[in-house]
Amino acid sequence: MAGITLDKLAHSYLAKPGNDADFALKQIDYHWEDGGAYALLGPSGCGKTTLLNIISGLLLPSKGHVLFDGVDVTELSTEQRNIAQVFQFPVIYDTMTVAQNLAFPLLNRGVNQSEVDSRVSDMLATLELTEKANRKARGLTADEKQKISLGRGLVRYDVNAILFDEPLTVIDPHMKWQLRTKLKELHQQFGHTMIYVTHDQTEALTFADKVVVMYEGEVVQIGTPEELFDTPEHTFVGYFIGSPGMNILPAELNANALQFADQSIALPGDYRNASGSVELGIRPEFVSLLSQEQARAKDNPSCVPFKTTSVEDIGRFRIVRGEVAGHTIAAVLPEDQSLPSEPVALFDPARINVYQHSRLIKPTSMQSGGGNHG
Amino acid sequence: MDKPFSNKAWLFVLPVFLLVALSAIVPLMTVVNYSVQDTFGNNQFFWAGLEWYEELLHSERFHDALLRNLTFSAIILIIEIPLGIFIALNMPRKGVWVPICLILMALPLLIPWNVVGTIWQVFGRADIGLLGHTLAQLGVDYNYATNWFDAWVTVILMDVWHWTSLVVLLCYSGLVSIPDAYYQAARIDGASKWKVFRYIQLPKIHRVLLIAVLLRFMDSFMIYTEPFVLTGGGPGNTTTFLSIDLVKMAIGQFDLGPAAAMSIVYFLIILLLSWVFYTVMTNYGEDKPEASR
Repeated sequence: MAGITLDKLAHSYLAKPGNDADFALKQIDYHWEDGGAYALLGPSGCGKTTLLNIISGLLLPSKGHVLFDGVDVTELSTEQRNIAQVFQFPVIYDTMTVAQNLAFPLLNRGVNQSEVDSRVSDMLATLELTEKANRKARGLTADEKQKISLGRGLVRYDVNAILFDEPLTVIDPHMKWQLRTKLKELHQQFGHTMIYVTHDQTEALTFADKVVVMYEGEVVQIGTPEELFDTPEHTFVGYFIGSPGMNILPAELNANALQFADQSIALPGDYRNASGSVELGIRPEFVSLLSQEQARAKDNPSCVPFKTTSVEDIGRFRIVRGEVAGHTIAAVLPEDQSLPSEPVALFDPARINVYQHSRLIKPTSMQSGGGNHG
Repeated sequence: MDKPFSNKAWLFVLPVFLLVALSAIVPLMTVVNYSVQDTFGNNQFFWAGLEWYEELLHSERFHDALLRNLTFSAIILIIEIPLGIFIALNMPRKGVWVPICLILMALPLLIPWNVVGTIWQVFGRADIGLLGHTLAQLGVDYNYATNWFDAWVTVILMDVWHWTSLVVLLCYSGLVSIPDAYYQAARIDGASKWKVFRYIQLPKIHRVLLIAVLLRFMDSFMIYTEPFVLTGGGPGNTTTFLSIDLVKMAIGQFDLGPAAAMSIVYFLIILLLSWVFYTVMTNYGEDKPEASR
């Protein structure tokens, strides 16, 4: 087991990269703690698999270094790095039985037979595959095969890290949850450093202690699921995390107040460090839809007329989509609340994030409230 | 549940049935017809029953030719299959060399059998052939027209030169279809090159390899043109394979009955051996049927 340090790491698939756009992976500096569970989250083509392949040693980075527990392994081959990887499609050795599959990496490393036998039977029990130990691996279902590929990594107790490259892509939805639970269990049991690549936010948020969000070859935010939800550091993270994603609206920032659609919304934080054209980010969960009377009763000046276009009933709540001042936004309506006929939208000022050039502007101080989502 | 029953389905099968009947069944039946009769010409036929078959199965000439065929096919498979796999494994997977290699490999396959025969016949001649002359200069006594061993070596060389490419191309197609993840997983598992071949590549090309073995077996068992062009079955009868013998019998001696009987037996042997290869290779490594599923 090992902590993994990425030191000024960058990669381009071109021989002579010129500008920033040539890099599939822009410079990243980060330290992954030993025994942590991390997820690399981002849309297809954002560079997450590139990063994973650099860590596993299948790809040599154009710049920078990878360190395992402080030791530079950049030039080492995959075999020498002692890591395990689970791929998108289950990779098993067709002609071998389940038990032989699990024994294979051990026998290749010259572990003696009695040790191999005991580890394999332990692993079969852990993976709940004991009954199928002597079956040919090719006859199994996709999720069982994926368990075998995982098991081949786990039988080597000393692996530095286990890397997952979208391992649940081909698994049936009802098995995904089970396998994910199994993964969590194994993580607690063995304490390996685990890095999990996915484009599915649910997988990432449930699996990982910390999620690394990537966008166009760049790490845009590294944080706990809570941080990603409450304070996305980039408008992309806002869109990408949450369902539906964050509403991003153009606004003007002027002396701690946002001007949006003829309304002025006073912000709780101190934003005097920035001004001009900004983007207002608000999660649909914090957009309330009130009737005209309710709005008047509250005497809230920052209400904007909301034109409903569609309503999706998700069961526990409803997602209402509509327009405010010509911009489409989404709002989450609790189950017990009815949708007013001519609603106005009210943004919770404490939950508003302000972005400039897609980056989060942090207030220099908080005047009141605005605590974290708990 | 009641299933709707319709005889219309027969209409869809009919064209195929007619085609197969005309192309295979009818000609085969005429051969069967000849094989149970005797003729002295003049289009007069006499019933002979299974006489020709009995005679054939006890004929030393047939036994010898059959043994030659079996030996030849065995040698061809032993050389071409491993050689084909070996070349396919060493062919480039990407880059400009891929199309070049593929074209080079495909070239021999485009050359007709009799041309291959002629090329090697000239190539091996001691007086004007490059190979024959060089060997003669080096003091090697090589002459396919008088030495049976030299004749066999030449025919085998021709076939290897002509058809190994087919095995190569089939195996190559199987190899390139293996996803990269398998090789990556093997590296992570610390597998040696041999183990990668044994546990990933060989199982993955197993199906195309079956086709390669079947094609090469059937084709080599039907060898005719090459030895015919080279020595016409000689020296002596040493390269007289079943097909050459068959033509001698049917056209040279006009023994239609025995030749027809031989054709049928020949056909049945190929069918039987192909079935054996197919069954053995498809069952290899399959899961044993489970008690309950």
